[in-house]
Amino acid sequence: MTDNVKMWTELGMDVENHDNLCQVLPTAVGDVFLSQENRPKAMDFWDMVISDVHGIRPAELIEAQKNGQKVFGTFCVYVPDEVIIAANGIVTGLCGGSQFWVPDGEKVLPKNTCPLVKASVGARLGRTCPFFRIADIYVGETTCDAKKKAYEILGEDVDMYVMNVPQMKRDIDIAHWKDEIATFSKKVEEVTGNEITPEKLGEAIHILNERRKAMARVYEARKSKVAPISGRDALLMTQIAFFDDPVRCTEMCNRLADELEERIENNNGVVDPKTTKRILITGTPMAVPNWKLHNIIETSGAIVVCEEMCTGTRYFEHLVDESGTTLDEQYMNIAKRYMKNNCACFTPNGGRIDDIIRLAKEYQVDGVIDCNLKFCCLYDTEKLPVKKALNEADIPVLDLETDYEDSDAEQLRTRIGAFIEMLNA
Amino acid sequence: MRHCVGIDIGSTCTKLAVLDEDKEIKEVFLRPTGWSSKETAELIKDQLKDKGIIAENSKIVSTGYGRASVAYADKAVTEITCHAKGASYLHGAKNLTVIDIGGQDTKIIQIKDGVVQDFMMNDKCSAGTGRFLEVMANSLTLDISELCELAKQGSNVSISSMCTVFAESEVISLMGKGESKENIAHGIIDSIINRVAGQAQRFNLDESEVALTGGLYQFDYIREKLSSVLKKDVSVSKYGHYAGAIGAALVAHDIL
Ligand code: SF4
Ligand code: SF4
Repeated sequence: MTDNVKMWTELGMDVENHDNLCQVLPTAVGDVFLSQENRPKAMDFWDMVISDVHGIRPAELIEAQKNGQKVFGTFCVYVPDEVIIAANGIVTGLCGGSQFWVPDGEKVLPKNTCPLVKASVGARLGRTCPFFRIADIYVGETTCDAKKKAYEILGEDVDMYVMNVPQMKRDIDIAHWKDEIATFSKKVEEVTGNEITPEKLGEAIHILNERRKAMARVYEARKSKVAPISGRDALLMTQIAFFDDPVRCTEMCNRLADELEERIENNNGVVDPKTTKRILITGTPMAVPNWKLHNIIETSGAIVVCEEMCTGTRYFEHLVDESGTTLDEQYMNIAKRYMKNNCACFTPNGGRIDDIIRLAKEYQVDGVIDCNLKFCCLYDTEKLPVKKALNEADIPVLDLETDYEDSDAEQLRTRIGAFIEMLNA
Repeated sequence: MRHCVGIDIGSTCTKLAVLDEDKEIKEVFLRPTGWSSKETAELIKDQLKDKGIIAENSKIVSTGYGRASVAYADKAVTEITCHAKGASYLHGAKNLTVIDIGGQDTKIIQIKDGVVQDFMMNDKCSAGTGRFLEVMANSLTLDISELCELAKQGSNVSISSMCTVFAESEVISLMGKGESKENIAHGIIDSIINRVAGQAQRFNLDESEVALTGGLYQFDYIREKLSSVLKKDVSVSKYGHYAGAIGAALVAHDIL
């Protein structure tokens, strides 16, 4: 702990204020995670990481920087990690998932900005998150308006590069995205001082495909009615994947998947499948330490078996074709894979609805909860078509909206409780 | 005699219903919830004991926002499920849309073939809830029934603020301008009815009866207004205020 304080001070953090966060986090981790029964043993890795989330990984990153590596902070699953890894760079997620950072964000952003953006800006400007201090450069993207404007504000305080993500998915858009990735790779070469070669890029593509496959194995196990892992634990695994070294992440996810597969064989689940309803969550992403919804659902007689969101299936579904041998081919293959991601920033976005229906079936769910963060008008607006499609498919759905505050927890509990009672009726 | 007891602890008012084994309503009563729903729950327990209702083999189910405070309940069930059950029982309809205007929230529940199909709740803001009417009536120094009486004779004023706090100052400034109480009252009722009806219209009401429950069921003017905006005959029951408690008692009956 004393080492951490030294590190945080050297990073120029507001250690005093950061202490407030350090005080509540262990209780939250205890309440949400450690209180669960019969958890997979392999979760010990993520328990360790989350218990010292501002200590272990930041220290590794600083060590890597001392050895000349550069750290790229990202906010969206559209930013292609492959390019950064190929230049021996390191990627770290930077999304803020706690109310703790919101007030600092509100100092410079309108109140009616989504809490994810407010928390991300607040974590930087309030100097209360080591990852936001460590990153050598932030990579933003032109997805939603709130983020675009927030990057302009962040850009005054930190080196900021913004990728131009298309808003449609026609062939010309995919071609544009390929060019954008190629342009980004020049920037990455400049920041890292390392050249990106087809060999290096091929290796990076492979590393990240392996991570996707390992995560997919864990999710595959969640499809089983045995329910070998809680939604909370799976969400934590996914959230930490954004911060971790991809090779270690792959190893840990595979280790977890091994255990889950064994559990399925032994019929060793974390809940009673006969009395517990299976829920798919869709909507806005859940950045660490946002476990609010999962926690309420899983203490109300249901289990979350899948997340159709960027902290969920969108992070690992679809592989990059590994057959490219020239940079040109490889960038195109990367572009194609990323453009399969169905984010509400795109129009039209019917693919997301198809995904939700498909996942609801694959994961054998009893109901869907569609939840957006307050002031995210993109996902809020998509609720209606999502609801329509689910109604047509005869899959019950509950719409919710929330933010990072705890004040609506009881109201959410009533709605979710009523939804589960409805599924049981 | 085995009893089925339903206790609905709402934000302002606690409702209680006792059914017998044949699902006949034996008794209903209400009391203010007060500051502490735990205390209210204890007071009710004493009351039930005095009346000889709590017996070994009776079942008690709690609901409402204070449902977790009833330590002696056999089960806690959300108000959505209980309102749906209670209203179906009271109105005897298989397909029913329940509009419950409560003290601090408004619920719309769609019931199909006797089970909850969909629901929505407004509990984030007091607009469109009983609280809105109460505050508005207070600012005119009226109670809600007087407000309804006056509203019948008024016309032509609309309250544009959704937010209770802003609406209150709007009312005060209308009074300052010399607008008649009748017209202001008319505008106030229109405002809440439009708000609630707007929420209800998100559901398909074509093949369903519509019922109004909660404390406002007793004001005929509100029922009429709601019927005319929804273009649907809205029905009420004399036990409308107790729909949640009766529903909880019915759940108690299920677990007898
Ligand atoms: S929801 Fe859209 S903008 Fe947000 S991380 Fe996902 S792809 Fe990016
Ligand atoms: S949740 Fe919505 S508003 Fe917030 S960053 Fe994501 S897309 Fe933008």
